[in-house]
Amino acid sequence: MVAVRSRVDRLVAPTLRRHLLIALGAAAVLLLLSAQIGAYDDYNLTAVAIFAVAAAGLTLLTGLNGQLSLGHGALMAIGAYTASLLLKDHRQLPVIVVLLISVLSAGVIGIAFGYAAARLRGPYLAGATLTLAVALPQVATRYKSIFGGESGLTVPPSAPPDWLGADFPPERWLAWIALAAAVVTMLLLANLLRSAPGRAFKAVRDNEAAAALAGIDVARTQVLAFVISAACAGLAGALFAYWSGITSPAGFSLGLSLQLITAIVIGGLGSLAGAVWGSIVLVFVPLLTSGMASTVHLPSAVADNLPLAIYGGILVIAMLVAPHGIQGALRRILAIGRARWEYPPRGGQKGVVDWDDPAPGT
Amino acid sequence: MGGNALRIRGIAIICVAGLLAACGNSTSSTDSGTNTASAPGITATTITIGSTQPLTGRAAPGYSEISASSNAYFKYVNAHGGIFGRQITYTYYDDTYNPTMTASLTRKLILDDKVFALFSALGTPTHLAVVDYINSQKVPDLFVSSGCNCWNDVSNHPYTFGWQPDYTIEGKILGQYINQNLGGKKVGYFFQNDEFGLDGVKGLDAQLGASTVPDASRQNYVPTNTNVGPQIAALQASGAQVVVSFSIPAFTALALLGAAKVGYHPIWVVSNVGSDVTTLTGLLKSFSKGAAGVQLLGGMVTDAYLPLTGDSSNKWISLFKGIHDTYVSTLPWDGNVLYGMAQAYTLVQAIKAAGRNPTRASFVKALETTKLTGGPGLAPFGFSSSNHLGYLGVQVVTIAADGTQSTAGSVYTSSDSGPISQYSGSASSPPANGIP
Repeated sequence: MVAVRSRVDRLVAPTLRRHLLIALGAAAVLLLLSAQIGAYDDYNLTAVAIFAVAAAGLTLLTGLNGQLSLGHGALMAIGAYTASLLLKDHRQLPVIVVLLISVLSAGVIGIAFGYAAARLRGPYLAGATLTLAVALPQVATRYKSIFGGESGLTVPPSAPPDWLGADFPPERWLAWIALAAAVVTMLLLANLLRSAPGRAFKAVRDNEAAAALAGIDVARTQVLAFVISAACAGLAGALFAYWSGITSPAGFSLGLSLQLITAIVIGGLGSLAGAVWGSIVLVFVPLLTSGMASTVHLPSAVADNLPLAIYGGILVIAMLVAPHGIQGALRRILAIGRARWEYPPRGGQKGVVDWDDPAPGT
Repeated sequence: MGGNALRIRGIAIICVAGLLAACGNSTSSTDSGTNTASAPGITATTITIGSTQPLTGRAAPGYSEISASSNAYFKYVNAHGGIFGRQITYTYYDDTYNPTMTASLTRKLILDDKVFALFSALGTPTHLAVVDYINSQKVPDLFVSSGCNCWNDVSNHPYTFGWQPDYTIEGKILGQYINQNLGGKKVGYFFQNDEFGLDGVKGLDAQLGASTVPDASRQNYVPTNTNVGPQIAALQASGAQVVVSFSIPAFTALALLGAAKVGYHPIWVVSNVGSDVTTLTGLLKSFSKGAAGVQLLGGMVTDAYLPLTGDSSNKWISLFKGIHDTYVSTLPWDGNVLYGMAQAYTLVQAIKAAGRNPTRASFVKALETTKLTGGPGLAPFGFSSSNHLGYLGVQVVTIAADGTQSTAGSVYTSSDSGPISQYSGSASSPPANGIP
């Protein structure tokens, strides 16, 4: 048994190879899925991919490095405005170039802000990032001639290449771009988390003094986490610009930053899969209720606010039922199953599960 | 699944091609006979239209009543047999006045709900975000709820039509009133810093002369920042005795309260969209926790292109008020309700003009070639193949300290660059059953 295990380990052990396989599998499934569904579902799939990129970056910062950011919407805005400004003057710029430059620009801002953030803890860090979320959109309204003010900048759609045929839906093309970006982001982040920097992130989160004693440069680790997180937000922002066709301050309000926090908490803090679950909730739950205002037979003062109230209610219930998020709940279900049908966890009894830490080591 | 979808798509293309061919032959032949599913969103028994509206958020006060009121009029029409035997289905979504949400919800309406047309989509920054997309999809974009002259762009946006007078025309007619009745007073501007406010200022400047209003008297706001104290202080310091405000209701109320707080009492001239008495009274009360109310509106000058809501002798008002009382009695009877109903009336006029089995293209063509007369508007519509402007003019209105409105002078019409002329047409009466 042990011999077999180690041989399998040697075959697939390199983390990169395992992650590559998962990523290729996911890409294949998503490609098939996107081709089967209609243009509007492709459009929503794109939104999930975009939020997943941003949420993955945020969960790395908040869940794995312990730095709370309320300003990720603003970092997305940096990516989105970079993309929009590039496309304003150079409509034909390839998507990949636009995305890379947006990642860079958000990353650079991330360095500057990361240095400030590394000196701040807890509520002070939350306050500083909150400032970013509130102040940055105002820059766009102040410098109207560059950023288009309240109306924002329109973003030309990325037309599908000719070899896909004239009838190829632009929504599906964009979905491919966003899904590719999401898969690559997840692959890179998953590898990073299994490597030395990833372990350093967690060590700093759990105990800064202990991490420093172990030889980890705490400040540098925190800045690195912030930069990577900002770069993800920049990528998501640039995709967001293509997706919505408009980059305006109202699209990057404090609400967006809070939505991203919602996504990582609902999905399961600190887990990349959780970021994906959270993004799915973020995109699809509001759609369930959006048409309600025009169909329910209630006074419009009630009907108008009903979708928001239901959305809030679902979030509250989700947190009560699954306090560790969707990924946490899945782990727990898996652990219960394992405890029932397989061997008991170390030191535990068969059929008994530690509810607070249902699957140690995952 | 893929093959099936492909087949359906193939059938759909053949159907559309067939319909286009049928259209080419003659439009009058479609007027009689049976109902067909002549376009997306149209079946033999229904016609589905959609909209994006600020039902919650900063633009919701007042404006959230518009879509519910349009829907009330459609329900009234449906209860009386519909139009060409079709029931009107109106689906509207809350975009919270956020252009990004407008972008995604508009795609939902077109791609998922497959509406025949967009109707009454509200807001300048919000609708600018989607107007290119809607036109690329060749979906009729009817009667945008915004007076931006950006909707009148036939070459780039052939499917988009405005409805209310554009803000430049409104600014010009308000400017003319100031010249004639408040001449010699120092004028200042308070405006939303986007196409809405800037278009209005363009019209005002055309009448008052750009040099007569110094930069210090031109104060703007952005709807994301509710602190207008600095702007009001600047207007007071500039000595402006008349302040023209191109603002949404919440910001009209904030400006009025801000001015009252510092003892600044200019004559307020407020654009139609920001001056609804009922909405403002409610906002003033809620913002000031009951300390202020309707009395702050006394002496305000504004304008109208529909009959006044308080004019109970007007037949249009009694028609729409009756529908309000039956279908949406929980809403206050105010200018927003009237707006939604009048807009819905115009849409039903247009549906009727387009004939029994319209396509999206033939609908737009009909709107360009048929004069929609006999509606509730005070001024005529500008629709033609080269012009997608809605109402071409307004009548100045003054508000008394108890909130009563009265008209001042006659109805004037204009265009963005042309002169102002007095409108000589007479007001119409609604048909007996209230349906065009």
